[in-house]
Amino acid sequence: MKIKDIAEILNAKVVCGEQFLNREISHVFASDLMSDVLTIDTENLLLLTGLTNIQTIRTSEMADVTNIVLVRNKAASEEMITLAKENRIVMLECSYSMFKSCGLLYQAGLQPVY
Amino acid sequence: MNFNYSVEGGNFSKAGTASSQFKKVLKQLNVDPITIKRIVVALYEAEVNIVAHAWEGKIDIEVDMEKVYINLADKGPGIADINQAMKPGFSTASPSVREMGFGAGMGLMNIKNNVDSLHISSEVGKGTELEMTINLSSIISK
Ligand SMILES: Nc1ncnc2c1ncn2[C@@H]1O[C@H](COP(=O)(O)OP(=O)(O)OP(=O)(O)O)[C@@H](O)[C@H]1O
Ligand SMILES: [Mg+2]
Repeated sequence: MKIKDIAEILNAKVVCGEQFLNREISHVFASDLMSDVLTIDTENLLLLTGLTNIQTIRTSEMADVTNIVLVRNKAASEEMITLAKENRIVMLECSYSMFKSCGLLYQAGLQPVY
Repeated sequence: MNFNYSVEGGNFSKAGTASSQFKKVLKQLNVDPITIKRIVVALYEAEVNIVAHAWEGKIDIEVDMEKVYINLADKGPGIADINQAMKPGFSTASPSVREMGFGAGMGLMNIKNNVDSLHISSEVGKGTELEMTINLSSIISK
């Protein structure tokens, strides 16, 4: 599934990385714990998180995560967007809760990491 | 080759900048992506630990053909029981650190899992020193 399909399922707004919306996604990881994100070694991964600060993007940079959805109406700061752009990260914002977002993506056939 | 960075305790807006800079160095040196990821995950966890738990710190890195050696030394409260600190889930992170997405108590374990050797020494009330080595499998182009 492509990120643009995910944006549609989650009724999400693309904050940055419009040029990468054709990236394929196969797995999803949902977490607000950055050390948990740093254990992951999966390609074509999407991170769902409610943690909205600069460390979300730093952690993604270190963990080679390039696709992020911020759930529950959390807005990305300018600083986050700048760092995300530098790292070719696609970032989406959606209003759905973590539970609903996960449910919809699971139903759509995306795979868990663990 | 030597690389040195300084780390400010408590400053989460800058946490990870040293790791980010060193990641760029590793890319320029053509280290393979899997090894780069192991190095930067370990370095970043250790850098964030200084920001989260200590007052200030220094990172010294030596790169040669065979390995990357990283020394992180901080001034801070130190770790009273290193074995306990290594246990997954153990954390003394403050609420403000948890707000930044840290404090799962997984960092030291993550470090251990990504490096070829790790040595931790600490003195309560003074500080903590981490030494880690990651062997380089592929040859670095000069
Ligand atoms: N540099 C340090 N100075 C003082 N205490 C430290 C230092 N590094 C780790 N510790 C202690 O060891 C504990 C465990 O560290 P670890 O990195 O495993 O987890 P954490 O930092 O609490 O959470 P996480 O890394 O998962 O976000 C910390 O909570 C802290 O008590
Ligand atoms: Mg830690």
